[in-house]
Amino acid sequence: MDYTWIEITVAAIFLTAIVTAVLSRGAGWLSWHLWRNAMLVSSVVMTGILLWLSWDTVNRVRPGAGRIPPWTVINHEIGLKWDPERRWQVPVIGEETGFFGKIYTPEEAKALVNKGKITFQSRNCMECHTLLGNGAYYAPDLTRAWLDPWWESRIMPMVGAETREEAMKRWLMNPPQYPQGQRIMPNLGLTDEEATALVAFLKWMSAIDTNGFPPHFGMMTPR
Amino acid sequence: MSAVTQGQPKLYESQKLARWYFIVAIALFGAQLLFGLIAAYQQINPRFLLDVAPFMTNRTLHVNAMVVWLLVGMVGGVYWFLPKETGREVVGITLAKIVWWVLVAGVAVLVGIYLFVQYGPGKMTTLWFIMEGREYLEAPRWVDIAIVVWVAVFLFNVIATVLASRRITGILTVLIFDLVALGALYTAGMHYQLNLTMDQFLWWWVVHLWVEATWEVLVGVLMAWSLMYLLGVSRRLVETWLFIEVALVFGTGILGLGHHYFWIGTPEYWLGLGGFFSSLEPLPLVAMVVHSVYDAGAHRLGTVNKPAMFWLIAQAFGNFIGAGVWGFMQTLPQINMFSHGTQLAAAHGHLAFFGAYVATVLLLVYIAFQNLRVPVQVPLDSRLWKWAAALLILGIVGISAAFTLSGFTQTLIERAVGGSTWAAFIQGYTHPWYANTLGWRYFFGWVMLTGYVLLVIDLASIGKKRTA
Ligand code: HEC
Ligand code: HEM
Ligand code: HEM
Ligand SMILES: [Fe+2]
Repeated sequence: MDYTWIEITVAAIFLTAIVTAVLSRGAGWLSWHLWRNAMLVSSVVMTGILLWLSWDTVNRVRPGAGRIPPWTVINHEIGLKWDPERRWQVPVIGEETGFFGKIYTPEEAKALVNKGKITFQSRNCMECHTLLGNGAYYAPDLTRAWLDPWWESRIMPMVGAETREEAMKRWLMNPPQYPQGQRIMPNLGLTDEEATALVAFLKWMSAIDTNGFPPHFGMMTPR
Repeated sequence: MSAVTQGQPKLYESQKLARWYFIVAIALFGAQLLFGLIAAYQQINPRFLLDVAPFMTNRTLHVNAMVVWLLVGMVGGVYWFLPKETGREVVGITLAKIVWWVLVAGVAVLVGIYLFVQYGPGKMTTLWFIMEGREYLEAPRWVDIAIVVWVAVFLFNVIATVLASRRITGILTVLIFDLVALGALYTAGMHYQLNLTMDQFLWWWVVHLWVEATWEVLVGVLMAWSLMYLLGVSRRLVETWLFIEVALVFGTGILGLGHHYFWIGTPEYWLGLGGFFSSLEPLPLVAMVVHSVYDAGAHRLGTVNKPAMFWLIAQAFGNFIGAGVWGFMQTLPQINMFSHGTQLAAAHGHLAFFGAYVATVLLLVYIAFQNLRVPVQVPLDSRLWKWAAALLILGIVGISAAFTLSGFTQTLIERAVGGSTWAAFIQGYTHPWYANTLGWRYFFGWVMLTGYVLLVIDLASIGKKRTA
């Protein structure tokens, strides 16, 4: 799509106003007819623009199409870096290091993230946590959970894990055993397979280009 | 005030059904408050019921009860006014009554699943039968299908009645188009999406395009009827205002959807589009205030039903403040980047849902219950409804104020200063500015519950030996 948001905005407003005016020639500005037309025209114009933009958006958010990482991102190192042009942090995908000591093929990776997503929904995680900032506010935002410095500084030694994925998995399988604050995450009875898949899903999510949200993640927190 | 009484007017079957709808709505309102109180207490004492009914269970019941009772209440309002508007009994009323039973049974089963099953294994069957796990849309797929069937029957009632009456009004035109859109939008939320960005993209089609577009218009329709009934405002005037409001609601709210597409992986043009159009969303809400205050003034508040009149005015202001002001507060991307996903959204959610929708449903309930028993007193009035209204409003204002403070603390400490990590989150909720709000929220929850009890008593005693 080659139009800026300002062009779209101006076009939407003018189109609504002009079509309404043409349809309502001769009607007074407070008349029933004019406002009925305004209602119909604005509904149609705005819905049309929404559908058109949605088409563009859907095409741009396919995994691997740029903003959304491919499923195989779980095999890679992920980081955040300052983008001097956009002036916020963007995820960067680094070298292939494997996930739980294994390189996943694209099909395997997709199946694993899928399992993680379904598990996420089945346990209703979103009614305690936010992801991409949406959900409930009882527990931390999970958008960049995979990149949280606490896994290395606190959790890995606590659960006796060698890697971040192992630490996340062990923690998730029994959170009440390692509480970090006053609020406690319950044990949701995750199986080994489900916990692995959830970690994959969280890792994949951390590489989504979110226009810089949450702002300067992990750049200022006490570790 | 001299109390005039009148005989029991004959009710249409559809109006009797409307009363049953309102009874379900009010009962679920009570359930909503109860689970909200438990959720609020769990934020104070996180070990409370941790193993029996964890936070997500109570919160799910809290928000789902809300969505269902408000929708049930508004549908009830349409069943109430439709025969008056068309001058005939609703077509397919038997079917509608059967669907009411199915609705009650479905809600009971769903509450049972939420409370006692809570969640399932990470399989597709869980999403179909137990839990879909998306905020507001937790209901498993079978419930989604049931809801679509329910809305379809309702839509059939409306359209068939209008056709049979051979009378189409501006209000009915708006109603029919709005209900078609409302039902169609719900199906956008009925798909499993592996890609989380697409998942949330479609999720907002339901959540935002319901509360900020189609529900808002449905409320406009119900308000139009209520104004005509309560004050005797002329149809021409009411319809013209309705058109202005719909033009503005759809003109700003449809692209205003973009304020939820800032940070979920969708392209950057949504930052500008969403910010611009959503910041204009308060416009129709201002128009509604002007409209109702003008009409009330022009008719010198002379009405047949005092509590209904009160909730009508409360709706206009509540909608403007809760949705318009508290929404605007966090809708520009430069602010939302820091406030997104904090309890500031919950502050706005409480004020807006209460102001826009709870007030509407209470208004409708009072209208429908006015003639519950003979002799009917005109204007309907009592001491109790004033206490109920005052406590409900005090409660929601207190809860929202507490959420505003905790959201402000999260925005500042967790997001802006702390960088949104796990540690920053703990820094946020243990900060005194946040921690101190928890007790207040809980306290005002009890205030609200008290108001609710008075409301139920008042409704149950309408027409029983009343002296104004
Ligand atoms: C009952 C509410 C609740 C539910 C449901 C819940 N969590 Fe949590 N979660 C918490 C709380 C509270 C914390 C913070 C725990 C602490 O500080 O010790 C937390 C912490 C976490 C963390 C670490 C936070 C971070 O920033 O990295 C992750 C990861 C996590 N949860 C994932 C999940 C997943 C995945 C699910 C669903 C399977 C889930 N949670 C369901 C309450 C919940
Ligand atoms: C009656 C109408 C409205 C209702 C019932 C309502 C309700 C809500 C609710 C419940 C949420 C939280 C969603 C979640 O759980 O994630 C929300 C979010 C939001 N609303 Fe509204 N709203 C209304 C109107 C408005 C208006 C008119 C505006 C703008 C002027 C607005 C701006 C916002 C914004 C920006 C958010 C996102 C907050 C965040 O980033 O976390 N809302 N709304
Ligand atoms: C007894 C009174 C109430 C109490 C104690 C209460 C408490 C709560 C709590 C603790 C939450 C969870 C917030 C979080 O995730 O941190 C919540 C969420 C919510 N409540 Fe209430 N509530 C009450 C009444 C209401 C009413 C009357 C409404 C609307 C009509 C309402 C609408 C909501 C909504 C929409 C959310 C989700 C907000 C969001 O995701 O942004 N609540 N409530
Ligand atoms: Fe919205």
